[in-house]
Amino acid sequence: MKRTVLFCAAIILAAIALATSSTAGAKDAATAEFEKFRDVLEEDNPAELFEMKGEELWKTKRGPKQVSLEQCDLGLGPGVVRGAYVAMPRYFADVGRVMDAERRIVHCMVSLQGFKPEEIARQPFSNASQTPEQTALVTYVAGQSRNMKFAIPMNQPGMRETYEIGKAVAAYRAGPYDFSCSSCHGDDGKRIRMQELANISSPEGAAKSVQGWPGYRMTGGVMLTLQWRMNDCFRQQRFPAPNYLSDTITALITYLSANAEGSLYKGPGIKR
Amino acid sequence: MAEPMKIRAQMKGDSADIRVLMSHPMDTGQVKDAKTGQTIPAHFIQQVIVSVGGKVVVEGQIGTAVSRNPVFGFKVKGVRAGDKVVVSWTDNKGDKRSDEAAIV
Repeated sequence: MKRTVLFCAAIILAAIALATSSTAGAKDAATAEFEKFRDVLEEDNPAELFEMKGEELWKTKRGPKQVSLEQCDLGLGPGVVRGAYVAMPRYFADVGRVMDAERRIVHCMVSLQGFKPEEIARQPFSNASQTPEQTALVTYVAGQSRNMKFAIPMNQPGMRETYEIGKAVAAYRAGPYDFSCSSCHGDDGKRIRMQELANISSPEGAAKSVQGWPGYRMTGGVMLTLQWRMNDCFRQQRFPAPNYLSDTITALITYLSANAEGSLYKGPGIKR
Repeated sequence: MAEPMKIRAQMKGDSADIRVLMSHPMDTGQVKDAKTGQTIPAHFIQQVIVSVGGKVVVEGQIGTAVSRNPVFGFKVKGVRAGDKVVVSWTDNKGDKRSDEAAIV
């Protein structure tokens, strides 16, 4: 009897040793496999279909005022789209506030084309049957900054303040689970199951968090923006849902984008 | 109305690498609308035809197992740069779409 117990213990110990060594090895191999998978997917990204759609929407005369968005000022002058995405959020003097890309585009749809903000907010994000126009527009604008570096104009009025608010939002602990963005995304080397979590306070981590958005999510086959991603973070934290295009989200995006300063933006991405 | 496709055709060695992105809901007919509870009727591409330089090189039947906004890739031999690639599809509701691109 005693011998059997000892024997069993030995087997269990051996099994544990084996399991630990193979988990360490398996993790690296799995990460590498995921990266290979992503590289293959990025070659043919359905996000390009939404870029095409967005470009068409951008150039078409639409809305109650029947004008195109070609006079929309994304910060580099009216109609300049190239490189605008990687230089937002920024301060817009005409409205006297900091805006991120999606917010600015919606602002143009309202101020230039005469769309009603409450109608746009009725369906802010994509679902299986419908992609909102602003999502396609954001995808188009983002595609025009492909392979350019994030260069957020932090010296503009209000930018520092917005950044600090964003930093505070990321660190704000609340909700039934009493955690903040930084609880999971504030240190290096954390993960959920096999998914590595980006540390948004570091330049590399912040770059990872803004990289690939807007993104085509294969689960459901929908095109989603960075605004959606931020909202979904709050949902996962069990926070109340933020209003569409709220100051909170702009501040959070400012914090992430400014931390990612200087990193290369690879354009609209593809997500699992 | 059917949205345009995105076609990329590139010579790689002695064959052309053709990639096609199609915009289509590819509804299987097995999914219910979350809000209304009604089944979303099947709506999917049934036939795909690819021709290069006026000659049909691929003619295929596809169904609901193919994802929304699908991507297809083909390698075609015996073609040259400048040849015209025409891709067309027909879905189960009779919607059609045809787009073209030249091999580079």
